[in-house]
Amino acid sequence: MTNEATIKAPDVDFNTPALQRHRKIRAFKDRFAASAIGVGGMSIILAITLIFFYLMYEVVPLFKPASIEQVATYARPGADVATKYLYMEEQGEQALRIAEDGSLVFFNTRNGQLTHTQQLPVPAGVTLKSVTDAGIGSKLLVAGLSDGTALLLQHAYKVTYPNDQRVISPVIEYPFGETPLVLDAAGSALTQVALRDTSDAMLLVAITEAGQLVSAYYTKEENFLSGELTLEQADITLPHLADRVSHLEIAPDLRWLYVGTESGKLDVYDLRDKQAPVLNSHINFASGAVHIETMQLLLGGMSLIVGDSDGNITQLFMVRDSNNQYALTRVRDFTPRASGVSVLAAEQRRKGFLIGDKTGHISIFNATANRQLLTEKVQDSEIKSLIIAPRANYLMFENGRGEFEFWSVDNEHPEVSWSALWGEVWYEGYAEPDYIWQSSSASNDFEPKYSLVPLAFGTIKAAFYAMLIATPLAICGALYTAYFMAPGLRRKVKPSIELMEALPTVILGFLAGLFFAPYMELHLPGVFTWLLIMPLAFVLFGFVWANLPQQIRHLLPDGWMPVILLPLVVLVTWLSFWMSPLVEHWFFGGDMRHWITDELGIGFDQRNALVVGFAMGFAVIPTIFSITEDAVFSVPKHLSYGSLALGATQWQTMIRVVLPTASPGIFSAIMIGMGRAVGETMIVLMATGNTPVMEMNIFEGLRTLSANIAVEMPESEVASTHFRILFLAAFVLFLFTFVVNTVAEYVRQRLRNKYSVI
Amino acid sequence: MRVSFKDWSRKGDPWIWLNAGAVAISLVMVFGLLLLIAQRGLVHFWPHALVEADYVMADGRQSTIIGEIVDSEEVSAEQLSTAGIHVPAGVEFLQRDLLKVGNRDVGGFDFRWVLDRDLPNKRYPVELMSVERREWGNFYGYLESVREAGQEVATGDLWAELQTRIARTLSIYEEIYDVEKKDIGAINHELERLRLKERGYQLRNELTEERKQSLAMQRQALDEDYAVLQTRLEQLYTEIRRDSMTARTMDGKVVDIPLAKVVRAYRPNAMALPEQIGFYFSKLAEFVGDDPREANTEGGIFPAIYGTVLMVLLMSILVTPLGVVAAVYLREYAHQGAITRLIRIAVNNLAGVPSIVYGVFGLGFFIYFIGAGVDQVFFPEALPSPTFGTPGLLWASITLAILTLPVVIVATEEGLARIPRSIREGSLALGATKAETLWRVVLPMASPAIMTGMILAIARAAGEVAPLMLVGVVKLAPSLPLDMNYPYLHLDQKFMHLGFHIYDVGFQSPNVEAARPLVYATSLLLVLVIALLNLSAVAIRNRLREKYKALEM
Repeated sequence: MTNEATIKAPDVDFNTPALQRHRKIRAFKDRFAASAIGVGGMSIILAITLIFFYLMYEVVPLFKPASIEQVATYARPGADVATKYLYMEEQGEQALRIAEDGSLVFFNTRNGQLTHTQQLPVPAGVTLKSVTDAGIGSKLLVAGLSDGTALLLQHAYKVTYPNDQRVISPVIEYPFGETPLVLDAAGSALTQVALRDTSDAMLLVAITEAGQLVSAYYTKEENFLSGELTLEQADITLPHLADRVSHLEIAPDLRWLYVGTESGKLDVYDLRDKQAPVLNSHINFASGAVHIETMQLLLGGMSLIVGDSDGNITQLFMVRDSNNQYALTRVRDFTPRASGVSVLAAEQRRKGFLIGDKTGHISIFNATANRQLLTEKVQDSEIKSLIIAPRANYLMFENGRGEFEFWSVDNEHPEVSWSALWGEVWYEGYAEPDYIWQSSSASNDFEPKYSLVPLAFGTIKAAFYAMLIATPLAICGALYTAYFMAPGLRRKVKPSIELMEALPTVILGFLAGLFFAPYMELHLPGVFTWLLIMPLAFVLFGFVWANLPQQIRHLLPDGWMPVILLPLVVLVTWLSFWMSPLVEHWFFGGDMRHWITDELGIGFDQRNALVVGFAMGFAVIPTIFSITEDAVFSVPKHLSYGSLALGATQWQTMIRVVLPTASPGIFSAIMIGMGRAVGETMIVLMATGNTPVMEMNIFEGLRTLSANIAVEMPESEVASTHFRILFLAAFVLFLFTFVVNTVAEYVRQRLRNKYSVI
Repeated sequence: MRVSFKDWSRKGDPWIWLNAGAVAISLVMVFGLLLLIAQRGLVHFWPHALVEADYVMADGRQSTIIGEIVDSEEVSAEQLSTAGIHVPAGVEFLQRDLLKVGNRDVGGFDFRWVLDRDLPNKRYPVELMSVERREWGNFYGYLESVREAGQEVATGDLWAELQTRIARTLSIYEEIYDVEKKDIGAINHELERLRLKERGYQLRNELTEERKQSLAMQRQALDEDYAVLQTRLEQLYTEIRRDSMTARTMDGKVVDIPLAKVVRAYRPNAMALPEQIGFYFSKLAEFVGDDPREANTEGGIFPAIYGTVLMVLLMSILVTPLGVVAAVYLREYAHQGAITRLIRIAVNNLAGVPSIVYGVFGLGFFIYFIGAGVDQVFFPEALPSPTFGTPGLLWASITLAILTLPVVIVATEEGLARIPRSIREGSLALGATKAETLWRVVLPMASPAIMTGMILAIARAAGEVAPLMLVGVVKLAPSLPLDMNYPYLHLDQKFMHLGFHIYDVGFQSPNVEAARPLVYATSLLLVLVIALLNLSAVAIRNRLREKYKALEM
């Protein structure tokens, strides 16, 4: 039998070369598809995770400490005497050195070769005592001479590109002539000079050998025809101090004169009346043998950094109190240098400074962030003549052997620290420490304020009010839809509410900002009336309904209650807004807005948190509704049937049986809803005033992290600190929503597994 | 049968009613919102009646006011008194009307709030005309004369004469538009390409004399074409400036309006219903098909529709294959272990990451990182002005593709999971390889699910604005991203977008009040498109479910 069958089988050869080839090709295709899909699938998933890594890649440099690296060392360029002044130009290619003998040399910073040499036009027999600039980065210098006079000079750098090569040629000018200005008629040598130059006046203050102050004050007159400036000497009287003065600084507006004495005291004089300066504040730094070692104003001329011989570094500035009185205030102390501060160099573009100490360490600080970015031992002896290039990318100092050292500096984002982002910071010009976000301003010497707290607060505030409105509505609605509603109605209601989720948020934001906000401002009492009477109306209606004759009640099938409530909602809404002016008239003196600002004393913005709450609540209702509804609906029916059979009412079953079983699902719904509210951009962008204020007040605006990104990202400079902080904000949002969603998803999975057991 | 409140509430019924109320409120909110948008958006195109009324000013002087009543509200006497308006005792509320008075060039502003009690003797004269202009917004007033080269013409039917002359001017205007935008635009585009070509040769040191000459010749040819067009333009401009009209405003001033600046003139009070309907549809057509005017506050939104559609198309071309491959890998090829589950959760959660984060990522990674690299390698001749190193259509599409990728993956996976195992096994048992099973059996069966994912992705992408603000939209694009100039599809160009248009016109426009109806209309269009897409996704999903229910039997 079997044999016969085999013989009768059709004679098909499955192994012809053609078929074999075909099979091979198919097998190859199969393997190819498997590996292609494997590689493709994996790489797509990897590409998605790239978001995480890329955001991190942009954020990490913010927290990198600074680093410095030696570039070159060479013998002192020019005369082998003490250096009085050192400056590096914009590109860090050339530097200017003014030596004690009055020689003035420009040299290449990388090899010390002289490019230009000049001698100061100092009269015979007179020597150079001191040189200072007119504030940070100013190229106007003043040289104090041994005969009580001072010479003003200016250096400039012309950049040309012959043969596409950058050539920098330095120039020295004497804007006010080569004749020195007389400060001390008695002819005592000026050991230290301070100079400030404004558009209409110039103030020179110097310390004589006797440790006393001498000064000269000039007003500027512009010749209408030639535009030439001429100086007119004006009167100024400075007080006579009991102590010997050792340090001097003048505020840029010529109002404050900071005087440090050898006994370690710091006095501030108010020079508003140049004839009669007033002592404003007096701070004593001395304790024992400690004295002020270095003192300098930071960029902007507001903050004074004082380093003493004990190594303490302090920042001070004038703080205005509520009576409009200024007082010099110690604002913050920096990590002290144990071996004592010897030299301080302020950055020209940021509120940062460098400290060189007695044991050869260089430290880099940032004032706003109160951050020590670097401390590195570069030699054994004291650091002298420390300077930093305008772009803060190079530094130079004189080492113990009298050589010049040129180092490169990598310090991109000193303004950021944990305390600057999340702590209270005392900014210049503020009365007290505060959380402030203000990333840019028109002026160059502006102190950027990067506190993320107001933004995080705004985000939470917006999300809080949105959840306050969305959660009850969405959860109650979902409970009814999943448990009480007739299946026929449910099939229509669920997609309708889910349709809300698809509505572009830009439309919700637009309606909230341009329709709802002004409408609500006019009908504020109506909104609150509505919130108050709407639930009452439902209960009242229900009670009346329960008392209606059965014939009428039976007209409405079971589980169709919302349909009959629709007209009620419309009616109550109409009624509350119709009554709004009346309510306003009865209770709020006709104008609730005024009542809020006058009687309650709180601010009111048209686009406020209440508007955002409604608009964003609207956006998260469908999310919460949909997930809650699924969770409640998938609670096994036999649980509720059992409960009902035991005599529990519908509502008892709901509360005692269904709700606890579905609660993890509801929890995850709320989490996911919150994730959406936190990250939502367009609604908050359009429905709030975007002011980064920290007020829990429901009638005031806010600014969220996401809206802040949308507003500021397009104008932020690539790779700047601001740019990276915005990335950090995005990273925080990403992490927050990702974690929240993961937790929610995990809870949901657990719930699903639990049901499969039941 | 009377129920006491105590009994009734003990059963927990008030809570059930409250829950039902929550559903009712949600439903009223959804449909109320849609109705609000529809009502405000649709009414915009209707010819509104122009009212003329005597206006009693605060100091008792009287004048005439002409305008459209746009809005009116009840204001309490207290609020008015604080604003310094005298309200007689006993009156608690007054009606305040928002009048669009137009004539911005004459009066300075085109909206005005007036108290209804100050407007006695309202009337609707049929001769009142409304003129839509290309500058200064609408003009409301009476037609005085029609002029040709400054000389009054036509004494009979002024209105008919005006209409024929406006029609003539419009046709000339269209011709000018064609010459300026299309012909001259093409020449400028060619010239720019020649410049880049020359620069490219220079950079590579390949700029020989020969090439220089050939470039110069091409340039000369283009310049000649340009000269011809220029003469034609001048001629057209003289022609279009020929006609004008004079009209009287509400305060009796006679104004000269050149017809070249007129889009249309109509007398809304004289229109019968059919005319009104005709007018409505012509306005609607203008809205959908024309360029915007007056800083986007008037005219149409065609470029925004075009940009949105093009961007969404590009996005779906990118996202569909990627999403499907990832889903197939996850469901069919990957080992179903803890890691796959983890990946699935991660992908799911990416759908919940705020869209602005994707925008930030797109800006940093695609534009500043990849785009800048692409420019260095492929477009060195255009540097330092960036080609792909700046926000544009391509980057916007890719960013949105990544944003919607989880949507497609999740939907496709769901579809794949629904296909019964027996079907796959059947195919394998018949000798098909896994790849063949996938291609011939599984994917076709999952195609509705893939479609659903794609539609949901499109719906999400079409409504997303926040990331686009960072990666490519602009308020006004000078040209369409797909046109007749080589290389036809300009992936590097910025584009206009419906959602951004709403934000921009509603919030950044100098004349928000005037732009408001247009924003409602734009919103309506966007909502319609998105609702339609979503409903079709739901329909497809339901059909799919039915189909597999049959299979499972």
